[in-house]
Amino acid sequence: MEKLVSDFSFGLFIWQTIIFVGLIFLLKKFAWKPILDAVNEREEGIKNALLSAENAKKEMQNLQADNQRILHEARTERDAMLKDAREIKEKMVSDAKNEAQNQGLKMIEQAKAAIESEKNAAMAELKLQVSSLSLEIAEKLLKDELSNKEAQTKLVEKMLGDAKLN
Amino acid sequence: MVISNKPLRFIIATLVACLPLFGFANATQDSLKVPTETIAVVQESAPKAEDEKSEIKEKIKEVINHHVLDGHEFSLFSDEETGAHYGFPLPIILWDNGVQFFSSSKFNHGESVAESNGNFYKLHHEKIYKTDAAGTLTEEHGHPTNAKPIDLSITKGVLTIMVVALLMFLLFSSLAKSYAKNRGISSGFGRLFEPIVLYIRDEIAIPNIGEKHYKKYMSYLLTIFFFVWFLNIFGLTPLGINVTGNIAITFGLAVITFFITNLTANKNYWGHIFWMPGVPTPMKIILAPIELLGVFIKPFALMIRLYANIFAGHIVLMSLIGLIFIFKSWLGSSLSFLLSFAISTIEILVALLQAYIFTMLSALYFGSAVEEHHHEEAH
Repeated sequence: MEKLVSDFSFGLFIWQTIIFVGLIFLLKKFAWKPILDAVNEREEGIKNALLSAENAKKEMQNLQADNQRILHEARTERDAMLKDAREIKEKMVSDAKNEAQNQGLKMIEQAKAAIESEKNAAMAELKLQVSSLSLEIAEKLLKDELSNKEAQTKLVEKMLGDAKLN
Repeated sequence: MVISNKPLRFIIATLVACLPLFGFANATQDSLKVPTETIAVVQESAPKAEDEKSEIKEKIKEVINHHVLDGHEFSLFSDEETGAHYGFPLPIILWDNGVQFFSSSKFNHGESVAESNGNFYKLHHEKIYKTDAAGTLTEEHGHPTNAKPIDLSITKGVLTIMVVALLMFLLFSSLAKSYAKNRGISSGFGRLFEPIVLYIRDEIAIPNIGEKHYKKYMSYLLTIFFFVWFLNIFGLTPLGINVTGNIAITFGLAVITFFITNLTANKNYWGHIFWMPGVPTPMKIILAPIELLGVFIKPFALMIRLYANIFAGHIVLMSLIGLIFIFKSWLGSSLSFLLSFAISTIEILVALLQAYIFTMLSALYFGSAVEEHHHEEAH
């Protein structure tokens, strides 16, 4: 201990303290501050870059999801449109079919009506013809029958007999 | 690819791991020079074996003692036979009724009396004493009682500190500049130290001081870490410098830590020292002096720890190297060579470790000074 104290070099202590304190301040100004600042800045930069990369990734994912969604929508829309078209086509076809059928039925109906009326007219004509013909025949017959007296009386009696029976 | 990579990586890792060994292998051999030059000569001149051995031991002791002390000249090695010293003198600055400024070559390696402005000075065990023209020193209990002028010389230690300071300034300011030049990415040699700077910030400063306050201590922590580390490493070079193993240096560093801790301390810190919250009043009275003592013990421990570690490391290393010349057999000498080699490798680790511990503990003390306790809520 005594040796330690007696060996203590005051001059060395003074010089060392002066140089060391000076060194601290010099290095602080010219080295540590710029170094630590630069390192901090760099670390911040890296942090920011990583963050922005992460954001970009997220954005990309969003974009991709959007695209997917839009694609999906478009596909469903196309499907719907196709379905609609098919439906319309089917409807048109069935409509046309129905129309044609109706038209046909109507025409058949009309034809039937026309045939009926023609038939009626023909019947009426026939009836007319038949009646006039039978009148003529009857007239001829009556002319023959009423030409003698006896035949007339016989007829009247026969008719009366028919009437009685009724 | 994995298979071909592995051996390559292993080879690189081994190379890197062995790098300090190779790097230091030279240093160990070079530092042998100091004892070789002085002791080999002694061996030849002394005829009797027993005398020779004890003389060598004495020489080794002297060399070690000389080595761990600061020096007024920068001597690399010396030749005892011819009395030639290799090195260079350093300026002597004394405060003795005015500034006395002269070269240390005037002392002629402690052999002659230096004269400056009519005053005479003598160098004795690296201490300068005021004396007369004949250089008489009145001794008492082995210590000279002559007056000692205030010695502000640029000694070996001071020169080393200046070199380290200059080196650090150039290194780290170039690193700082490289960021601006290279758009936020360091380049050049300073780049090697960037991870260490970040380590000190992330592993020492922030965990110990806290996110909120650590910034104002960063300059000190970084400076002290690299300062101590570089000085420790310089001490392991064959230049024979022992700066951090000098109590004046560690005292200076510890004093700065002490002042920074106590000058930046908040109310809480002082509260915990003088009036410990959460304990009964009599305990508070007992605790106050203990805590107050702790304020001084903490930096004192810092000072002793660094000093003792480096000092002891140097002594052990020098002694082991000295053993080579005492054994003088191929087995003993090579064994102590291997041992000293192993110890020097460990010393490289110790150099880093002590710098780390000094920085770590300083950060811990700063952390306790600015800590914001929430004891009131907690209890």
